[in-house]
Amino acid sequence: MSEPMIKFDKVTKKFGDHVVLKELEFEVQPNEMVTIIGPSGSGKSTILRILMTLEPINGGVVYVDGEPLWHEERDGKFVPASEQHLRKMRSKLGMVFQQFNLFPHMTVRRNLTEAPIRVLGLSKKEAVERADELLEMVGLSDQADKFPAQLSGGQQQRVGIARALAMRPKILLFDEPTSALDPELVGEVLQVIRKLAEQHEFTMLLVTHEIPFARQVSDRVCFIDGGSIVEQGPPDEILTEPKEERTKEFLHAVLHPDE
Amino acid sequence: MLFGIEWNTASNLAFATSILPILLIGLITTLKATVVGFILAIVIGLVLAALKGAPLKVISYPAAFVIEFLRDTPLLIQLFFVFYVLPELTGIAIPAFVAGAVALGLQYSAYCAEVYRGGLEAVPWGQHEAIKALNLPSAYGFFHIILPQAIPRIIPALGNYLVSIMKDVPILSVVTVLEMMTIARIIGDRTYNYLVPLSMVGILYLILTLLASFLVRFIDMKLPKSGIPLK
Repeated sequence: MSEPMIKFDKVTKKFGDHVVLKELEFEVQPNEMVTIIGPSGSGKSTILRILMTLEPINGGVVYVDGEPLWHEERDGKFVPASEQHLRKMRSKLGMVFQQFNLFPHMTVRRNLTEAPIRVLGLSKKEAVERADELLEMVGLSDQADKFPAQLSGGQQQRVGIARALAMRPKILLFDEPTSALDPELVGEVLQVIRKLAEQHEFTMLLVTHEIPFARQVSDRVCFIDGGSIVEQGPPDEILTEPKEERTKEFLHAVLHPDE
Repeated sequence: MLFGIEWNTASNLAFATSILPILLIGLITTLKATVVGFILAIVIGLVLAALKGAPLKVISYPAAFVIEFLRDTPLLIQLFFVFYVLPELTGIAIPAFVAGAVALGLQYSAYCAEVYRGGLEAVPWGQHEAIKALNLPSAYGFFHIILPQAIPRIIPALGNYLVSIMKDVPILSVVTVLEMMTIARIIGDRTYNYLVPLSMVGILYLILTLLASFLVRFIDMKLPKSGIPLK
């Protein structure tokens, strides 16, 4: 088996006294598409936020692409990572946020070119070319000169995905990408995510409540509750015939909210 | 007679016309005190806001205390402190105008500091996370992503304080600064006609305030803020 792209080795995360992740063991293989489901507060978003270095960890080691994320090795010992190391590691990851977090004072095109120019050192011409290709991919070529507020939520989230892709990450993190959208706009965003999943060029980690979608696109589904993985496996197994009682209860509550 | 200009008490209108040039001399002092006070306020306020936001508690706590102290004590006391107490402690006399402008600047610096902080904090936290996720350097993110979104929130509030400072200038009369209101009172004392000079000061203030508000709104409209959701 090849080396995992993401590995959580006994990772603990606390907010004050509240333990969000309890010695979590979790692996994602290169180009694998993993969906994380679970009740709110179960720590599923925290996993993505730790990977994007938005939340530090309290114990254990996170490996990304074979290297520790929050640590650096010095004289055979792990010491807390420097900002320089974090910057290097961050370049492997891209994140799509629930609230899009586009830069509202910049046009769609500038949202996509800003970081590639400043961080990757692309020329303006190269960055614009890349941005226009990505906008075509997400079906928004005609919106490049608009400001985010002039777009619908679904369009904004597609820009969010394009912006993450513009940095050429190896790993894409989707943090409830459709939760802030009106129901009729969810489909256009899922379609883009499906396209990316089918390309198998990225390692993808998706936190979502869209169970039917997860079944179609994921290589593996993880059900997480109370800070650890309760059950994981192929989507048909986990989502159709879960073994654990907690998984059954959760799926029933999500799929039949009126019962 | 004041500043070598005689007044004519034959009728209210003649009186008003004759003292207008005298009041305008006072108005210039009022404007000078406003401008100097405002500049001090926005600069000291920026320093206070930066210190209060410092990660070290040794710095941020005293800064927070200074801001709270300046906001919660009357302007008049701060003015007396600068004008009477400070020269006693330092042995250096401070001209009334300087003391007045400094007191105005100090008091309003505390308000400005809160405006800066509020403007920056009103930018959604997700913007900071997006900066990090895209690996943009934090200084670049602050000046190109956060600040442009904070400025349209900060400018109108600062403009309101400019108007407030202008309206607080008459307090400087207690330390003998010859601003518009002081002069109106002196004219009243000498002619026993307070109605005309004080009414004129009121009207002049109204005009000034309306002009300043108009200016602030104009600047606000000219600010680039495409797409920034301002609540």
